[in-house]
Amino acid sequence: MNKDIRRLTLILLFTPFALWIVLLIVIPHIGMFILSMREKVAPRVFEYGFGNYIEFANEPIYWNTLLRTGSMSLLVTAIALIIGFPVAYYIAKIAGNRTKGALFLICLIPLWVSDLIRAFGWILLLRETGVVSSSLQWLGLVDGPIEFLYNDVTVIMGLVYTVILFMIVPLVSTLDGMDNAMIEAGYNLGGNGFTVLRRIIVPYAMPGIVAGCIVVFMLTAGSYLTPILLGGKNSSWFTEQIYNQFITRYNWESGAAFGFLLLAFTSLVVWLGLKLSGQTLSSTVARS
Amino acid sequence: MASNTGGDSVQHDLECSGVSKRFGSVQAVDDVSLEIPRGSFFSILGPSGCGKTTLMRMIAGFEEPDAGDIRIKGASVLGTLPNRRNVKMVFQHLALFPMMNVFENIAYGLRCAGVAKADIAPKVRAVLERVALPDVAEREIHQLSGGQKQRIAIARCMVLDPDVLLLDEPLGALDLKLREAMKIELKLLQHQFDTTFVYITHDQSEALVMSDNVAVMNDGRFEQVGAPQTLYHEPASAFVAGFVGDTNRWSGTVTKAGRGQVRAETASGLAMVCDARGGATPSAGDAVEIFVRPEFINVETGAGKSGRASATTNRLAGTVDSLLFNGANSRVLVRTEAGGLIEADVVLTGGTGDLRPGDDVRLTWSAKQTMCFAG
Repeated sequence: MNKDIRRLTLILLFTPFALWIVLLIVIPHIGMFILSMREKVAPRVFEYGFGNYIEFANEPIYWNTLLRTGSMSLLVTAIALIIGFPVAYYIAKIAGNRTKGALFLICLIPLWVSDLIRAFGWILLLRETGVVSSSLQWLGLVDGPIEFLYNDVTVIMGLVYTVILFMIVPLVSTLDGMDNAMIEAGYNLGGNGFTVLRRIIVPYAMPGIVAGCIVVFMLTAGSYLTPILLGGKNSSWFTEQIYNQFITRYNWESGAAFGFLLLAFTSLVVWLGLKLSGQTLSSTVARS
Repeated sequence: MASNTGGDSVQHDLECSGVSKRFGSVQAVDDVSLEIPRGSFFSILGPSGCGKTTLMRMIAGFEEPDAGDIRIKGASVLGTLPNRRNVKMVFQHLALFPMMNVFENIAYGLRCAGVAKADIAPKVRAVLERVALPDVAEREIHQLSGGQKQRIAIARCMVLDPDVLLLDEPLGALDLKLREAMKIELKLLQHQFDTTFVYITHDQSEALVMSDNVAVMNDGRFEQVGAPQTLYHEPASAFVAGFVGDTNRWSGTVTKAGRGQVRAETASGLAMVCDARGGATPSAGDAVEIFVRPEFINVETGAGKSGRASATTNRLAGTVDSLLFNGANSRVLVRTEAGGLIEADVVLTGGTGDLRPGDDVRLTWSAKQTMCFAG
């Protein structure tokens, strides 16, 4: 009797998760995969094969876009790490206990505003008639209005801004768990600031660094709003390509194939990153 | 120590003179001076919050003193960065690096010091040999037992051949049995390395067992510095008498003052002859603190009256309240006629002659062993 109740509890607790994963993740992906494998040969006549994937390989603009998205996402991840690490170190190790909470809260505040609104915020600042451009003119530093939008630098800046929080949070939690004595021991045994950072702090924080990088990379490579709004037609983000296949060209088969290619590509990059840093998924993302 | 009194030419491994440190309104360390002869085991003993950790952190270079000077091998280290001082530290929780294995933990300091690659492995092997753990080089830190971690933490410092090794209560996290074993082992290691050890602890038995000299610290000041035996038998202040070793303690008033000896009566009405300690002999009417160690109280069975204390011996009658059995360190709690409890050491053999709660007993102890300090 008691055993039955416990089993029932377990099943009830597991059900929402199972429903979510099966209905919203597994089934749609199976459907998309089947979709991606078929080709329209005549109205309402389909053939199954790798045609959509071959088309991707034969068209340089497609895989160039994917590689560009991948490399720019890596760049965004690197910048987010370089900016986020000192911030996280300050919050976790240098700030006092009360400041710590306040600083963490300040980091979270941007999340209360939707992505879309924040992107429009950037547009207000950076467009030709925006705040930055008119200020520069008013100061007499430039003669005419300047367009800051629609270039790669702006896209990268906007993406770093959107995702940096997801770098800071896991870093703070790993660094917070580090005993200060470990850093002091590093100095005591003769290390200088750089040695302590390279041999002790960074290796200790590695699980947090890798976790943050994975999350940030995945979010960036899969983001749509920020590259489109800040980069416009020049952004050539791969998600835009997928959108075009589905909506503009109404070519669901090819769009589904592109979706799988993006998934495979980002998974490959993450796998390579884990291999290179000697970490595993369970030691990084699962822990933080 | 006698060999080190040969004059000014004797170089001390570590000297502090007039060191002070203040945190906000708290005077953590107040005008502390010490000299530690080469190759000795020196302990700083004090209750938590007495400033001993601050003092150690100043020696290691993690804090700068507000006043005073710290000299290592005769040279002042004020303004020298922690990584440039040849003072190594074993941290309270050891602070071994969990992402490195044992070999890398020990090699870290050597690499920082720029030791040639070819020399690192032999040095690491040699130091592991000396701490009697020759086979653990390739183990991860979490695979070691508590005692092994301890020895690796010491090896990690000793491989750098420091002038002074600081140990910040490193035995605190160990269980009792292991702690007892490590006490002896630390003392042996210190002998073997022949390096000056400065050991910080709040546990008086650790300090007494291991040290050549002990400084008792309270409220940022040194109360007394001396050999363990001296601290135990000739404490310089009431704080030292109460903090070092177990003791019966009473507050009382002097009824009659003599030369070096006084008669005093405690608040609960016990009268006894005491040996005035701490320099000054109090006069009649002064408040005093009285201490008698349990091992100096003699317990005899049989009823009797609390006789008047003679010039050399104190006597009290009472009944056994309870027995605290602890093998060779067994105690008896005796309730006196006045109502207070007195602790005395007894031998409990398990035979029929042993004391039982309710027995009438007579307590006697020498006036010489009754230490009193002006309160």
